[in-house]
Amino acid sequence: MPSTRISQLVVLGLATGIFSGLFGVGGGIVLVPLLVLWIGFDERRAAATSLLAIVIAASAGAATQLIYGNVDLVAALTVGIPAVGGVLIGTWLQQRIPVAMVQLLFSVMLVGVAVLVAFQ
Amino acid sequence: MIALAIIIGVAAGVLSGLFGIGGGILLVPALALVLGLDHVEAEATSLLAIIPVAAVGAWRQKSYGNLDVRSGLTIGAFAAVAAVAGVALVNVLPVELVRYAFAVLMLYVAWRMASSAIKQLRAGADPALPDGQ
Repeated sequence: MPSTRISQLVVLGLATGIFSGLFGVGGGIVLVPLLVLWIGFDERRAAATSLLAIVIAASAGAATQLIYGNVDLVAALTVGIPAVGGVLIGTWLQQRIPVAMVQLLFSVMLVGVAVLVAFQ
Repeated sequence: MIALAIIIGVAAGVLSGLFGIGGGILLVPALALVLGLDHVEAEATSLLAIIPVAAVGAWRQKSYGNLDVRSGLTIGAFAAVAAVAGVALVNVLPVELVRYAFAVLMLYVAWRMASSAIKQLRAGADPALPDGQ
């Protein structure tokens, strides 16, 4: 694995956090392209790193929201449990699709997100 | 309606695993439009639901040998702090303008990602594919 400097990790974290806070988009949509295009990670390593970063950032966000009483636990379980099943399928699938193809599919998704952000 | 929420939940998980995103892009609309939560509740509930999804995804990626734990933890910690600044900036910046700029930036990034992917596909090599696949 190419070693990433601490300064790069800090910039990645700050950029991800600011954009996700500003636009309400998830951090992964900002972080994965930065890891691929700037640091040179392939899609699998970018996705892996992004998922762990999301665990930390989402935990901080969710803790705040729990205190404010905005979280619906039953609804969280209703979508969260099926999503845990889905992520097992998604990560399994990702190991079997060429990284370049995953990257191409990601760019298609980004176009969709750009449209959503523009017209939200 | 519960069935639809479950189906969208699975789809969000698949996207999360495939692309390394949280899946909020599908979870928030599912919570708001299908389960009837208001916008703030939907965003907050999505954040909680994402934690086990991303954790399981990261754990699977670790066992596939793709996870750099130090990078993930460091980026996540700084992102958590910066997200507070991002939320605060919403009240200061001309958000309409910034939103369009962000959409254009995303289109540019999509183009960069796609062209680098197509270059790799044309070259036919996939050096990152694990041994034996």
